[in-house]
Amino acid sequence: MKKPFRRKSIFSPSPAAMVLSYLVLGIWTLVVLFPLYWYIVTSIKLPIQVIRGPFYLPFVDFQPSLHAWRYIFTDLRNDTLRPYFNTVVISLISSTLALLIGMAAAYGLLRFNYRPRSGAILMFIGCIVLVIVAISLGMPWMLAVIAGIVLFIILLQTIGRRFKRSLGNNDIAFWMISTRILPPVVIVIPLYVLFQRIGLLDTKTALIITYLAVSLPIVVWLMRDYFTTIPIELEESATVDGASRYRIFFSIVLPLSAPGLVATFLLILVFNWNEYLLALFLTSSRAQTLPLTVAAQNATRGPQWWYMSVLILIMIIPVIAIAIVLERYIARGLLVGAVKE
Amino acid sequence: MTKVKRQTQGSTQTGSGLGAKLSLNKRIHSLVMRPDRLAGNVFLLPAVWVILSLAIFPLIISLYLSFSSFRFVKGGFELKFVGLANYEKLLTGTEKTRFLGVLANPSIFGWLVFIIIAVLLVISLVLYIRRGQLSAGGLFWRGLAAFVIGLVAWLLVRAIGPDGRPGTLIVTLIYVFIGILFQFLLGLGLAFLTAQSIPGRRFFRIVFFIPMMITPVGIAYLFRMLTDTTKGPFTVIWKMVGLIGFSWVNHPWGARAAVMLGDIWQWTPFMFILLLAALESQPIETFEAAIVDGASKWQIFRYISLPHILPVSVTIILIRMIEAFKIVDIPNVLTNGGPGTASESLALQSYMYWRALDLGGSSSVSYMLLITVTLVCMCYFNLIHRAVKENI
Repeated sequence: MKKPFRRKSIFSPSPAAMVLSYLVLGIWTLVVLFPLYWYIVTSIKLPIQVIRGPFYLPFVDFQPSLHAWRYIFTDLRNDTLRPYFNTVVISLISSTLALLIGMAAAYGLLRFNYRPRSGAILMFIGCIVLVIVAISLGMPWMLAVIAGIVLFIILLQTIGRRFKRSLGNNDIAFWMISTRILPPVVIVIPLYVLFQRIGLLDTKTALIITYLAVSLPIVVWLMRDYFTTIPIELEESATVDGASRYRIFFSIVLPLSAPGLVATFLLILVFNWNEYLLALFLTSSRAQTLPLTVAAQNATRGPQWWYMSVLILIMIIPVIAIAIVLERYIARGLLVGAVKE
Repeated sequence: MTKVKRQTQGSTQTGSGLGAKLSLNKRIHSLVMRPDRLAGNVFLLPAVWVILSLAIFPLIISLYLSFSSFRFVKGGFELKFVGLANYEKLLTGTEKTRFLGVLANPSIFGWLVFIIIAVLLVISLVLYIRRGQLSAGGLFWRGLAAFVIGLVAWLLVRAIGPDGRPGTLIVTLIYVFIGILFQFLLGLGLAFLTAQSIPGRRFFRIVFFIPMMITPVGIAYLFRMLTDTTKGPFTVIWKMVGLIGFSWVNHPWGARAAVMLGDIWQWTPFMFILLLAALESQPIETFEAAIVDGASKWQIFRYISLPHILPVSVTIILIRMIEAFKIVDIPNVLTNGGPGTASESLALQSYMYWRALDLGGSSSVSYMLLITVTLVCMCYFNLIHRAVKENI
């Protein structure tokens, strides 16, 4: 099989268009890279050189010093490396899980008809409210949860059958994305209480579960759209050939939507990599992540620009590496020749 | 891999042979109605359970918090049910100028703008009714959308006029719409440019993704450095245009502009990477056919690329809208919401209350945010999203 990503792109610009393209691309590259350059020079400046005014070029404007790098890697050492390790583990695991679960759900929402009955949903919400009220009135939480589940099943089997109205796939999708609307400030307090109750506070597991739930809606929505662009003829012919649903999904749909998969993965990876507020609450020392270390550099003496710059630089290096590895899959070619009408 | 692909290609022939006999709708139907119902649950349920177990709980708790007043007492905390008091405070009470702003009578220009918008809304509604494809849902969502747009326009002309002052609600709406407009256009343009076959496009693609890799707190501090007019890297430029004594963060619109600049810089890559993936997944045959038929660049864009990227576009705008309403890091670090509360967003207001341990106030602001976002997104989803999906 020819390597698909080596194939030339469809748009081959004329020379004039090429010059113009490079001009625009060059300008935006400057816009993106200049701040990055500023981080780099700030990270090798002494505090006095930052405060005294703008100096642009090391060795010309000012004498660079590695004091900030030394501080981060030798003085802080474990306080940098442990969060670093945590960030890598937490964001990789949660993003991978979110991608796996989310893409399956996206495919389900696109190719199956779901009919959740609205009566059942209302009863479910009612039961949750009852459970919460019971817990806040002092009932042990295990007991309350079990009682709630039992009540829900009984209601579902008796009254639930009378409700005929049902919702559709779009409603499920909208419900999923709507869970992202509330700002993290308000969801973090209930989550804190929840994880404290089940003893998961300040563990990587708590953050992985939270990030998984938070990034799932994004995966579902994006992948649903990338799956839409796959011609349905392919799946049909596989069905005719007797392939199972799972086989179709894994050997036809997934390979064909590789660009979308990679883009989505990169996206949720950076979301989870950089997440700040949830991590601030759900961790204290053992499971601390890097964004907290960055924010901690705003000490009582004002922001420590130099340490902050070092931390931000070492934070983006692994993401750039992953992006370089994965970027080649965001390239055309896999769909070439798949459908011949 | 190769084997699978060859198999697929071979079977496509049979598939399209069969396809010629049946209409497309029937074929989709037959595919959907295949009797493995279990597979449907296997695909969807894990996601539903994960979201359900972590999302419903905070939603209900914070709803309860928004109806209560919270304070710390010895050895714990105390929750008192206060009904709608938190909301009253925001809409009519002491926090009204912070939340809604100072609403003055609009100037003549403001009136003019508002009347034009109102007339346009009425015309679009009338056109819809006269087109003869009335449906209850369509009419309801159009009416609601017209009402929301009209209300926002009315608040805007009253708050932005010479005597008015926009509150956090309006400032947030401004951040969201201006930010998304620029992010989408920039992202789309850059995606098209790097989808061309030009040398070095892999370099550009990775570089353009960099702003998103930086943690939002870091970006907020970065823009604090960049907008500093005496020690920042652009001091030379500020000097040239005579802004040396000027501080962005002391001027209401300067502060808002600085926040929006940071937001646009940070989130353009989001649009860029997703639009690029959509562009790159277009089937190549259509292009070749179009080029053979002598279609112009514009025609190729309008009739091939645009329909292909539209579904993804409307979705990423929706996702970005939901995220953009929660903007908090940049205004918090860059301007601290100032001067006064001029550059404060709804999420930041909620955060400020929360830092002052006013959990009830914080939750009620968040619920106002929830209501606003839900209204805007439902209108968007039911009108634009659905229309695009059905026309594709």
